[in-house]
Amino acid sequence: MPRDFNRIVLGLAVFLALVLTPVWTNLFRSVPPLQDPEIATRNIPGKDKCVLPSVEMKVTHMNLLNQWRDSVVRNDQRDYATADGRHFDMSLSRTCMNCHTDKAKFCDRCHNALAVNPYCWDCHVEPLVQPASMGTEVR
Amino acid sequence: MMDRRDFMKYAGLSGLSLASIPLLKKLSAAELPQGSSHATKQLAMVVNLRKCLELDNCTKCIEACNQTHNIPLIDNPDDNIRWIWKERFDRAFEDQEHEHLTESIRWSPLVVMCNHCENPPCVRVCPTQATWKREKDGIVMMDWHRCIGCRYCMAACPYGSRSFNWRDPRQHLAKIQPDYPTRTKGVVEKCTFCDERLSRGQLPSCVEACSEKALTFGDLSDHKSEVRELLSSAYTIRRKPSLGTGPQVYYIV
Ligand code: HEC
Ligand code: HEC
Ligand code: HEC
Repeated sequence: MPRDFNRIVLGLAVFLALVLTPVWTNLFRSVPPLQDPEIATRNIPGKDKCVLPSVEMKVTHMNLLNQWRDSVVRNDQRDYATADGRHFDMSLSRTCMNCHTDKAKFCDRCHNALAVNPYCWDCHVEPLVQPASMGTEVR
Repeated sequence: MMDRRDFMKYAGLSGLSLASIPLLKKLSAAELPQGSSHATKQLAMVVNLRKCLELDNCTKCIEACNQTHNIPLIDNPDDNIRWIWKERFDRAFEDQEHEHLTESIRWSPLVVMCNHCENPPCVRVCPTQATWKREKDGIVMMDWHRCIGCRYCMAACPYGSRSFNWRDPRQHLAKIQPDYPTRTKGVVEKCTFCDERLSRGQLPSCVEACSEKALTFGDLSDHKSEVRELLSSAYTIRRKPSLGTGPQVYYIV
């Protein structure tokens, strides 16, 4: 048995415990189950379909928003025609959020789980969950 | 005495310089400012100061604009935000001020805004094309998504028409109007002749709000437009025209 065997083992154990902190703290943490985003308007006629098919929206909504933004701001084109002949006013607050009224239960649920934090809401006004008459009080 | 070699050298150089004349002509032509014939659409505003100054302390146009665009009210002149605001004659028209002006013109603050110049210096200096002159109607546009807050445009604008958000504007808004985004700390903003209202067929909100009909808005390339009629029937002045920016806000004095 080498000299200082016990001390070496103890040192190694402490070292491993420290290095693996992220692993064992996560092992014992109860993670809330991933919640599906709430589709509030699924059963409201006229609001039961997204701008693009849902599968596409999941993957490309950020690109669609960029496209809308450039179209409105840089080309003054505000009307978006879908392949199946529906028309939308290209607007984040007035269109997306008109169907997905509860940002926290829709956009944020996904984004929080994925640690995405779009800065759009620094400027764009998120809707109040209760429909307000005209202005929105400052939070 | 010039020897043969030197003579040949100078003769050659003179020949070369003659050959460069067409090139110089081309270059100098490129420097000439373009004429203001308004072949394409150019939106403009005519402010009738005779009507405007009749109502003392009227701020309807300013309030309408502030509400439409979520413009914060910050008292401190160093960091307030303004799209349309009031300026005294000697500050707005420095080069046309003299001590014998009528009392009302001399001391009443008058409305000023972005001049949507024909030749906008702010556009030239913007490194990200966050501001540009829209070809189809001459509006000097803003893309707040692209603005990096470098403030070159503010240094370039001779009218002070641009404001920088030193603070979070939402802290200074009593009410947020949800149809128009606010801006954030770190971006520059200014009047866009209400491009968002124009594209829905509405007039700019200041024009709509003015009960005296002192603000007239329209297209200068259209001979029959109201603005053209006003400009051809009354004497008008513009702010700092000698700078060559071609301001498109005209004042009937
Ligand atoms: C007319 C109402 C309506 C509008 C406008 C609308 N959506 Fe949707 N959206 C829906 C509905 C309904 C679904 C669910 C469709 C399904 O599951 O078949 C959905 C699904 C989605 C999904 C996929 C969610 C998931 O997990 O299945 C995303 C992401 C999304 N929308 C984002 C947006 C964005 C971004 C905009 C604006 C560009 C927008 N939506 C505009 C109604 C709308
Ligand atoms: C189905 C889950 C889901 C929903 C619901 C969802 N998003 Fe997303 N979002 C994502 C994912 C995944 C990304 C991409 C992350 C990446 O590329 O790193 C993303 C990215 C974005 C981005 C780009 C962010 C960036 O930093 O580039 C924007 C903008 C955005 N989402 C807006 C919205 C809005 C607005 C809503 C609500 C109307 C919404 N999203 C709803 C999953 C979702
Ligand atoms: C610095 C403030 C600011 C930020 C940050 C910002 N926007 Fe905007 N956005 C504006 C302004 C101002 C307009 C012009 C509104 C108009 O002309 O109606 C606009 C217009 C738009 C439009 C078209 C018109 C509308 O009503 O929506 C879209 C789409 C858009 N932005 C998407 C986004 C997205 C997506 C993000 C985040 C990735 C974002 N914006 C971040 C200020 C901002």
